[in-house]
Amino acid sequence: MKILVCIKQVPDAKDVRLDPKTNTMSREGVQSIMNPFDAHALEEAVQLKEKFGGSVTVISMGPPQAEETLLQAVACGADEAVLVSDRAFAGADTWATTYTLSMAIKTLGGFDLIICGKQAIDGDTAQVGPGLAQRLDIPYVTYVRKVNNVIDGKIIVERMMDDGYDEVEFQMPGLLTVVKEINEPRIASLKGKMKAKKMKATVLTASDIKADLKCLGLQGSTTQVVRVFSPEFKAERSMLTGTVDEQVGKLIEKLEGLL
Amino acid sequence: MIVDYFLSEEQQMIVEVARQITDEKIIPQRVELDEKEEFPSEILKAVAQADLFGLYIPEEYGGFGGGCFDMVIALEQFSRGCVGVATSFAASALGAYPILIAGSDELKEKYLPQIASGEKLAAFGLTEANAGSDASGIQTTAVLDGDEWVLNGTKQWITNGGEAGIYTVIAITDRSKGPRGASMFVIEATDPGFSYGAKEKKLGIRTSSTRELIFKDCRIPANRLVGRLGTGFFTVMKTLDLSRPGIASLGLGLGQAALDESVIYAKQRIQFGKPIISFQAVQHMLADMAIQLESSRALVYATARYIDSKPKDMSKVSSMCKVAATDMAMKVSIDAVQVLAGYGYMRDYPVEKMMRDAKILQIYEGTNQIQRNVIGQALNKEYSRS
Ligand SMILES: Cc1cc2nc3c(=O)[nH]c(=O)nc-3n(C[C@H](O)[C@H](O)[C@H](O)COP(=O)(O)OP(=O)(O)OC[C@H]3O[C@@H](n4cnc5c(N)ncnc54)[C@H](O)[C@@H]3O)c2cc1C
Repeated sequence: MKILVCIKQVPDAKDVRLDPKTNTMSREGVQSIMNPFDAHALEEAVQLKEKFGGSVTVISMGPPQAEETLLQAVACGADEAVLVSDRAFAGADTWATTYTLSMAIKTLGGFDLIICGKQAIDGDTAQVGPGLAQRLDIPYVTYVRKVNNVIDGKIIVERMMDDGYDEVEFQMPGLLTVVKEINEPRIASLKGKMKAKKMKATVLTASDIKADLKCLGLQGSTTQVVRVFSPEFKAERSMLTGTVDEQVGKLIEKLEGLL
Repeated sequence: MIVDYFLSEEQQMIVEVARQITDEKIIPQRVELDEKEEFPSEILKAVAQADLFGLYIPEEYGGFGGGCFDMVIALEQFSRGCVGVATSFAASALGAYPILIAGSDELKEKYLPQIASGEKLAAFGLTEANAGSDASGIQTTAVLDGDEWVLNGTKQWITNGGEAGIYTVIAITDRSKGPRGASMFVIEATDPGFSYGAKEKKLGIRTSSTRELIFKDCRIPANRLVGRLGTGFFTVMKTLDLSRPGIASLGLGLGQAALDESVIYAKQRIQFGKPIISFQAVQHMLADMAIQLESSRALVYATARYIDSKPKDMSKVSSMCKVAATDMAMKVSIDAVQVLAGYGYMRDYPVEKMMRDAKILQIYEGTNQIQRNVIGQALNKEYSRS
């Protein structure tokens, strides 16, 4: 089974501060880490490889320094690392990101299963996994908390729901996004670290993936940031008094007034 | 900051991996494991997954091909978290060394890869009820019957007993030959006639398993003999020479942890309107702890590196570093409890466990008195040569 894991390098949430003037994140002196949900995606891929054979490739769209995070994934059991990196990708929203990743994946070709984290802890959109599956025209299941089995090219997974779980089966190729409950990521092994030390990620540029420049980066993004601000907390509090019936009456009056 | 020992890139990786296991797995679980006296199976699985069980095993047998120094720096990290966990790890190496030192290629090929991968733990069986410091007093026998050895007797206080899959055990094969009358064997957990005694209840290192190994007409194939017939005690001595710096490094990790706890606490604890670290009596105690720790570390590291140069005789230095670092660990952990005083005496703080755990380091793999005998005898020999 050929597995691909999408990984994002994100700022460590422990260190993040907002610039009080611009309200944007100040990245200076902030450590970069592997998006925590992606660590679970990677662990699941490595466990599937150990159980059913095959290989694990990790892919990231990001600046050159994202290679560090990809090599960390190699230390934790991935076989190959691909960095999709080009100035043209800068400023991409999830629309442009899924386009870029899908073009890179088409260039690499031939994956049975793609695994993503449920969401990235910086953007928190949870859109890239499903968006990517749409672009590749393959089935996907989000919020996967367990892979039950892989047989005859089919995969059977459990999707976490508020009131329990769904068991979903589909024919691969397909895509999963996973939640933290799925596993406990391993600590990088000694041999893995040595391998990562000697390895370099394969870099794919915009021309390598034959991308349409109009669809990339800021230019290819449909999201426009108009203003960044912290919402003000303006909730007013008032206390209703009297007997229960009186309080209920006053409450209904207030609610009706809002309509 | 501690002295920079200029570790190689590979050694830095070993420290990183062992440190992460210690911080993320060992430290969060140590209190519960100690209280429940539960074997740290899950932690050892993480150690296996991180390739550390193969640290000292040659690459041809699936290991990392490291030496004594590599073991020392890994064990130092683990013992910073819990000497009980570190002992379980170290005892597997102790059980593997006889095969590594004296085993046939066949035995090496069969057992070392299983130990290197962590699939099976190993254990080392020397001590008996009437043979502690005086190993020559062992009563367990092995008699050749056709193409099988038949073992009878009981080993006592064997670390990893019941948990290990592979045991290296010494037994008398010819009593008339005295010191050349004992031989080393590999016993598998599933061998017929092999069972265990109850788990011992201990002062410290409670997460580690200490049990009797009971042999009642235990039959094993003839090829399980480790090394030549009659070389058992020789193999034991070489094994202990190699493993003692490991025990010393357990003292280093424990000493470091005790010092860390003490300094952090002394800076926070206010009495008479000041942090207690401002009192000279406390400062001097901390200073002495740091001096003893750093000097032990220097000796242990130097010894481990010397051993990796494969000298002909290493008993004296090996014993010296074991005594220095384990006596230090006992002293420093007692002082740590003194610095934390009442709080330190409570199980809510980790130093009381460190003090309980430190004691074993002065006892097992040869008491510190026996180490001093070895050192004294070596000195006597050295000075009578010239
Ligand atoms: C928790 C634990 C784990 C252990 N794990 C293992 C294991 O995995 N494998 C194994 O084979 N053994 C193991 N042992 C046994 C350990 O190595 C012995 O306890 C140790 O060698 C000391 O033997 P003893 O306890 O019988 O003490 P004794 O030999 O009875 O000594 C009692 C006292 O007399 C002193 N003494 C004895 N002889 C002399 C002498 N000639 N000169 C000066 N002083 C002397 C000793 O230093 C000590 O203070 C373990 C023990 C414990 C407690």
